[in-house]
Amino acid sequence: MPLHCKVTLDNYRESFDCRTGESLLRGMERLGHKGIPVGCRNGGCGVCKVRVTRGEYEVGKMSRDHVSEDEQNQGVVLACRCHPRGDLQLQVLGHLTRIIEKSHSFNKQNANN
Amino acid sequence: MALTGVLRPGFIQLRVLDMKEALVHYRDRIGLDVVSEEADGRVYLKAYDEFDRHSVILREADKAGIDYVGFKVRTEEELDGFDAALRDYGLHTEHVPADEQPGLGRRVSFEIPSGHRLDLYTEIEMSENGPMVQNPDVWHEEPRGMRAIRFDHCLLYGPNVAENIKIFTEILGFSLTEYAEGPDGGKLAVFLSCSNKAHDIAFVEYPEKGKFHHASFLLESWNDVGHAADIMTRYDISVDIGPTRHGITRGRTIYFFDPSGNRNEVFALDYHYYPDNPTRHWDADQTGKSIFYYERQLNDRFLTVVT
Ligand code: FES
Ligand SMILES: [Fe+2]
Repeated sequence: MPLHCKVTLDNYRESFDCRTGESLLRGMERLGHKGIPVGCRNGGCGVCKVRVTRGEYEVGKMSRDHVSEDEQNQGVVLACRCHPRGDLQLQVLGHLTRIIEKSHSFNKQNANN
Repeated sequence: MALTGVLRPGFIQLRVLDMKEALVHYRDRIGLDVVSEEADGRVYLKAYDEFDRHSVILREADKAGIDYVGFKVRTEEELDGFDAALRDYGLHTEHVPADEQPGLGRRVSFEIPSGHRLDLYTEIEMSENGPMVQNPDVWHEEPRGMRAIRFDHCLLYGPNVAENIKIFTEILGFSLTEYAEGPDGGKLAVFLSCSNKAHDIAFVEYPEKGKFHHASFLLESWNDVGHAADIMTRYDISVDIGPTRHGITRGRTIYFFDPSGNRNEVFALDYHYYPDNPTRHWDADQTGKSIFYYERQLNDRFLTVVT
């Protein structure tokens, strides 16, 4: 397994480096990145929900309130409980997403001005 | 005796995803003592300064959140009175027989309009390890971890908070001590007391039923809040916010998460409430300050992250 891997967020065309073995969410937070909403960081609240569209990973315990078995089989995970084994590509699904996408595009617009 | 009817929140049953991790958190970090582990898998705990047998029950499940919160009532007559009054009001009550939890008497159980289950009871065994009563030292053994004194209150999220207020104030004898107004002029966050405390339970209006925001543990001092923060960093506990202060209740506080994502709070030094005190309130444009007095704004997590 590589020590580092690249995590790409489809929603924002953004990426960050993550250590294999640490959770996606932790990797994101450690480097001061944004994009996946951060809640409890422990698999209970569901705000960090993402769909992995490419790549391999392992998952820890996740509250079934937020990820059903079916969803899990289709690559839906909680980013705080998802440990990449290599480069990953994701789509952010959590319910804060819209707010963040909005403010993100707002910031981008400002940056472009 | 001045304090009658409902005396205090006595216990809370929480769901955890992994019991082993949960015990490290609640026992070793927060500092609760394990009272018993039962055949059905539930683990019973208490804080060092509580007289009753247990106050926190952990149940391993595949989802996080709250099962129920229990309030201790002073007499059997009052318990029956509440049962009748709740039924008259149109709520469905159930009777949970004694010993469904070890050491606990019969319970009157019902669901409130926000979708949470509440239990009332009068009898629970005294702990063998409760505070001393004769020439009482401050503790038997020096408290562990964050040195939690007691389970103090919980904050629950759900719809129909206005109806909850009615049931708590008109039937169960609570006072509305403080509230924060929402953008629509309604009550967004409400704080209710059955005692001399600034709050014994609180609710925030939220579309989904039965959600859990936090269970709170009392600490002795602002220094102990700092000590708890040191423990959180040392053991890499997920912190939501703090140390800071609430405008509402004025408590010095930290919000953090257990290993299953359930929010906990440790706090110290909120104000005392008397039933003749007026209800305090915060205008909608002061919500940030009302919840996080030092930051003066809410974090995204306060209104959205629940289990
Ligand atoms: S942040 Fe709560 S489930 Fe991931
Ligand atoms: Fe609280």
